[in-house]
Amino acid sequence: MRVPGLRGGVRVQLRYLLDREGLLGPLMLLPAIIYILALVGFPLVLAIAYSLSDVTAGDTSLDNFVGLDNFSRIIKRPEFRRALQNTILFVVVSQVLIIVLATTLAQILSQDFRGKAVVRFLIILPWAAPIALGTIAWLWLLDSEFSPIDLILRELHLLGPAGLLGRDAILGTDTNLVWLGRERLTMASVIMVHVWRLLPLSTVILLAALTTIPRDVLDQAEVDGAGFWRTLFQIKIPLILPIMGIAILFGMILTAGDMAVVYNLTRGGPVYYTQVLPTWSFFIGIEGGSLAQGAAVALFLLPLLLVVTILVLRLARRSEVT
Amino acid sequence: MAVVETRGLKKQFGEVKAVDGVDLSSKEGEFLVLLGPSGCGKTTLLRLIAGLEQPTAGEVLIGGQVVNGLPPRARKIAMVFQSYALYPHMTVFNNIAFSLKAQGVDKAARQEKVEWATSILGIDKLLQRRPRQLSGGERQRVALARCLVREPTVFLLDEPLSNLDAQLRASARDELQQLQQRIGITTIYVTHDQVEAMGMGDRIAVMYQGQIRQLGTPREIYDEPGDTFVATFLGSPPMNLVERDTHLIGFRPEHFLPKGVPEVQDNLVTFSFPVTRVEYLGADRLVYGVVAGTSGDTKTMARLPSTVTVPIEPGGDYEFVVPAKELKFFDRDTGLRTGPKPL
Amino acid sequence: MASLKRRAKRIAFYGAVAAFCFFAASPFLFMLTTMFRQDRDLYRVGKDSLFFKLPPTLDHLRLLFFDTNYTTYLQNSFFIGVLVVVITLIIAIPAAYSLARLTGRWGEQAGILVFLVYLVPPTLLFIPLFQVVVKLGLNNTLWSLVLVYPTITIPFCTWLLMGFFKSIPRDLEEQAMVDGYSRITAFLRVVMPLSLSGVIAVVVFTFALTLHEFIYALTFVSASDQRTISVGVPTELIRGDVFFWQSLLAAAVIVAIPVAIVYSFFLDRLVAGFTGGAVKG
Repeated sequence: MRVPGLRGGVRVQLRYLLDREGLLGPLMLLPAIIYILALVGFPLVLAIAYSLSDVTAGDTSLDNFVGLDNFSRIIKRPEFRRALQNTILFVVVSQVLIIVLATTLAQILSQDFRGKAVVRFLIILPWAAPIALGTIAWLWLLDSEFSPIDLILRELHLLGPAGLLGRDAILGTDTNLVWLGRERLTMASVIMVHVWRLLPLSTVILLAALTTIPRDVLDQAEVDGAGFWRTLFQIKIPLILPIMGIAILFGMILTAGDMAVVYNLTRGGPVYYTQVLPTWSFFIGIEGGSLAQGAAVALFLLPLLLVVTILVLRLARRSEVT
Repeated sequence: MAVVETRGLKKQFGEVKAVDGVDLSSKEGEFLVLLGPSGCGKTTLLRLIAGLEQPTAGEVLIGGQVVNGLPPRARKIAMVFQSYALYPHMTVFNNIAFSLKAQGVDKAARQEKVEWATSILGIDKLLQRRPRQLSGGERQRVALARCLVREPTVFLLDEPLSNLDAQLRASARDELQQLQQRIGITTIYVTHDQVEAMGMGDRIAVMYQGQIRQLGTPREIYDEPGDTFVATFLGSPPMNLVERDTHLIGFRPEHFLPKGVPEVQDNLVTFSFPVTRVEYLGADRLVYGVVAGTSGDTKTMARLPSTVTVPIEPGGDYEFVVPAKELKFFDRDTGLRTGPKPL
Repeated sequence: MASLKRRAKRIAFYGAVAAFCFFAASPFLFMLTTMFRQDRDLYRVGKDSLFFKLPPTLDHLRLLFFDTNYTTYLQNSFFIGVLVVVITLIIAIPAAYSLARLTGRWGEQAGILVFLVYLVPPTLLFIPLFQVVVKLGLNNTLWSLVLVYPTITIPFCTWLLMGFFKSIPRDLEEQAMVDGYSRITAFLRVVMPLSLSGVIAVVVFTFALTLHEFIYALTFVSASDQRTISVGVPTELIRGDVFFWQSLLAAAVIVAIPVAIVYSFFLDRLVAGFTGGAVKG
């Protein structure tokens, strides 16, 4: 017997064209791919082309191929070594601090305690402020003369002419630390602001990872007599390692590619004590108008990016297996 | 109403042949069960019929029409998933009416149809609830009601009882079968549970490794298994297989009785049966032992009804008999059923 | 003895909580109080200069709202945010669904690739993108940011949404398809309503991302009335060596607190999407 509504033929096939997953899938993906190719892929190629030419803001034609001239000229500049060192220092130290602090904080927030919602809100705050504006608030907190932090340190007799128990204050007898004026301290300030800013995001990711650990496993660990530290290092951290890895890599990229903190806090200074590759690239390329050299400086981030990319791919694959 | 037919149907996922050349034809209005262990391809076959998967080769016909390339919505089928797949964001009423909306049925007619279906299944009090507020049995009924209102040509059911507890499953089995008989729609039912298959199916297709090993009534596939897979998959405990030269002799545990117990005394085949263990199960006794085969001893079981009171102890050596007509013969290498062989 | 140990543990625990809260939130406490202080009250170095000695004043807020372009910056940021959210959703939702359901094995690979695009930092692209923007005649307008911001938001939101879509049982869509709907209508009527909270989390996140972005905003736009808050506030309230501190801090805190409130509402969904996408690959 014939079933009403069941008809074959080409016309029907056409009507159901969008039901074919092999067609619908790529079709739905296409706009995103076009957008990304046009505004990420193309500029990336353009960046490489720029770095191999002598384009400036005044003359943007790409007809003059200069090979690796830009790179060799940059490498010879004393600022380059400093910017590269600073970038690596900035990325590594802030990531180590962030991951240690975020693991601790995630441990705390995975407990139940009174006032947790308020604590959570307070912890998220740095992440909610636009980064440039948050950094400017720190600019005040670290002011060379009126810094409230210095003030508190003075009140605690850790700084200033009046030391503790008749001795000199630990942090020096000057009235101010001048956070943003000294070589080491400026870098430390930049790192501190960056940790302040990224800690919420990492904490939230690790907190999510902790909640995916099955209750049974933790109960079993407790029955097996594992204490707090053993549980943390031998059960929890190994189990959240894939997500932790992704969080670290995320943080590294966000740190290495960031210029808002450095730009607003120190402009790379004093001298170039806190210059990092992104800010230097900005000063050369946009403010100095030498697009070619600016692009070349930024491209020094590419090897780092590739390493991280490979690590992410590996982690993603491993987490698929487990 | 319509018959479902597949011709040379194949489905490959990468290297895995999930369905490997299935020719199957349902009868009008019958209850056809696809039975097999997990991974045998029965669910994939059902999904191919539903149009949720596209075949690698072969054809699916519904009501005599080739429906390859037609999406599920054009096939006039209804399906119950193992999870019931109730839409969690809709009330029971909207869950059931959802397919009617797709057909463009007007509001009054929708109301009427939903009420009809829910009264048949006795869930007309639950219309305003959400799926998460329902018990397992109620969810199953909502899923069935959702199929009923569509007035489909074919019912496809994918292990719809496996999420129910054992007690509920027995009564649900009964209701489901009665419902199917009452509305008389061709039904294809996938399960790995042989009790469900035997109890509900008009015919059973036993599947293994992507192929249909045997298609027949429950009695046919139990009494006359086509190969050793079917013979050992059905029955609990399964058929005993004892090797003799190039063939295997099969006999069911319930036919393997102590000598002297069967009333008919002629045409009996006798085996020497050293007993290793006895399990007392109330209605039955399970007796475990070995029977000598060509290449060594074979573990063998006997199931004695409680009416057989002959004392049997572990460690003893007994003589057991099987009526000659209950012996089935299989080729040792291919596993296929053969004619009787001399013992 | 045991209770002493427990009490010590509790003190250590709350001590740590307090320390973290102080580190995260104390700058905001300073922002909130400093914005109301008179100049003469603020620029003191004395012992008690942390506290109000002169009465609070609204002068600096008045300056911020009436004598600067702050409200224009807020409007610009809002306008850009809304448009970028719309563009992102239109492009990322179909892409995420396609990757989650329709493209099978190569979809998984493509999904990871999308994630990697998110890892390309703006610092690598801002110079060539600036030229692209100039060629399109969009430099110095906020349209340049509307065009470019989706390059940051689309990859990340596609990744997040993919996580949400994957967490919805396939059966539900297949049931809808059996019930008579096409793949697209099944998606719109079953998957979308069930992913709503995830989509809202994505909206919040996208919006916040555009609000926070700094490099492109700094590079592409220099006309004052086209700036976003991230760039506009510092350029207008820092004039050479003169910092309008109270107004600067007010500008920051006025944006941060509402965003933090919204964030803490949608945090859980956001995180679920992130780990969903990451763990299930």
